[in-house]
Amino acid sequence: MNQRRSVFIITCAAFGFAFLYIPILSMVVFSFNASKLVTVWDAANSPTLKWYRSLLNNEEILDAAWISLKVAVINASGSVILGTLAGFGLSRFTNFRGRFTLNAMATAPLVMPEVITGLSLLLLFVALEQVIGWPAGRGITTMTLSHMTFSMAYVTVVVQSRLATFDTALEEAAMDLGAKPLKVFFLITLPIIFPAILSGWLLAFTLSWDDLVISSFTSGPGSSTLPMVVFSKVRLGVSPEINVLATLTIGFVTLIIVGVSFWIARSNRSERAT
Amino acid sequence: MRRAPWSQRFGLNGRGLVVLLPYLWLLLFFVVPFVIVLKISFADIDLAIPPYTSLFQWDEKNVLSIKLNFNNYVFLFTNELYFKALLNSLKVALISTLFCLLIGYPMAYGIARAKPATRNLLLLLVILPFWTSLLLRVYAWIGLLKANGVINNILMALGLIHEPLAMLYTPFAMYVGIVYSYLPFLILPLYANLEKMDWQLLEAAEDLGCRPWQAFYKITLPLSRNGILAGSMLVFIPAVGEFVIPALLGGPNALMIGRILWDEFFSNRAWPVASAVAILLLLLLVPFMMWYQSIQARESAGAK
Repeated sequence: MNQRRSVFIITCAAFGFAFLYIPILSMVVFSFNASKLVTVWDAANSPTLKWYRSLLNNEEILDAAWISLKVAVINASGSVILGTLAGFGLSRFTNFRGRFTLNAMATAPLVMPEVITGLSLLLLFVALEQVIGWPAGRGITTMTLSHMTFSMAYVTVVVQSRLATFDTALEEAAMDLGAKPLKVFFLITLPIIFPAILSGWLLAFTLSWDDLVISSFTSGPGSSTLPMVVFSKVRLGVSPEINVLATLTIGFVTLIIVGVSFWIARSNRSERAT
Repeated sequence: MRRAPWSQRFGLNGRGLVVLLPYLWLLLFFVVPFVIVLKISFADIDLAIPPYTSLFQWDEKNVLSIKLNFNNYVFLFTNELYFKALLNSLKVALISTLFCLLIGYPMAYGIARAKPATRNLLLLLVILPFWTSLLLRVYAWIGLLKANGVINNILMALGLIHEPLAMLYTPFAMYVGIVYSYLPFLILPLYANLEKMDWQLLEAAEDLGCRPWQAFYKITLPLSRNGILAGSMLVFIPAVGEFVIPALLGGPNALMIGRILWDEFFSNRAWPVASAVAILLLLLLVPFMMWYQSIQARESAGAK
């Protein structure tokens, strides 16, 4: 079947991958460039780690990264719970009142333009503060709640598609043997969908860590996240420190993704073997 | 003998509890906010905190009067800028989607037809940029496209041009940024669709004398229709409201509706006008979202 792969397809695909990776590689290369001009290679003094040092001493960026980390971890953990419940409900309960609405509400945030989501959440928080006095002002709490709303949609999709691929026979067998639904969920369903839950957690973390628009709407004074600081710097042009930040991000993401994919591939294989 | 399925076993209470939490969450944080946006789009701008007037007023005789102010919408419809921005956003999103298809289709096809080991590696290569910060990847293009950027430096060193090309802060840069950022969103659903295809159909067609291009046009393309549509919607809908890419790459003249909304809100503090823009944008996009949902439903029904 594979001898039919045509030269045309391979050329197109190679061009596509080059398009995806050249910008990323250029940031990695120029992160070692000594010149302040960033894209003009200073051959005499490069490669250098001086911008790495300067990034690690940049308090503004480090503070923002710390806020982003807090928001991302709480968001990921919360949206995994919400998304798993929604994904489980949608895939295992075929008809309940409100299924259509839940499905619509859970998939709409995937395509909703961020400016709309951001504005609407901000107006909600302002209205809530006027009516019930909570949340008092905006900051980490309001940002986390907002991130959870769109992250849980992604987790729902991931969990739902994992649940769709394994059949209910295992769960039904356990119930036939007298296990209570809750016990079945924790002993059978949860271990099987665990890779999906892990991917969902990582996805939710990344979405929150990267988010600029929704954070800008829902954050308050003194709670600038990393993307907000990066955006204000990048608006003024290129900066060597941002290249370093990008390189570190890419390295970290690559490690995690490759590690997790290997782990998932292995657990899939052992699952098939048993 | 098979016993009753999950849904009946759980009983109504257990089932209800599982879905109640996400249901209420989305109702409060996703649906109610839109009602508030709609409400504020009918308010008037006010020098107060928050900067809009209230729609509801109780007078001395306990009469509730509701004042709906349609001026924000009249303003949007009479002011050419908003209409132009909306049209331009649709145009930019449409052209970007077409380019994503042109680049993404061969990639998804190539991945789907690769050997399983290569396939996983290629898939990983598509997913990786998707996980790396969008902001940083858009930023990378500033370094490539600017006057003394990588592309200009290479072209000048090769002697192909003598003066740097003005690429950054042009519509071209914006298109490149959007296509680049949204490409994985198109490839992944399309790949998922193509992966399920029965390639023997192609072989049969060719055995019967179809040329490869004909076979592609008559078999692969129609069969991957749902993948194409789903991927295109995932690019088109968010691209219409895109803010970051036009703001960083498009220059001051890039008229995109997402940017106008941002500026109305953050620069002009015109919350009611921003809300009216959001409502119009939403009304425009809802049909596409519903379309996307029906494609998804068809896709998962076909998978079973």
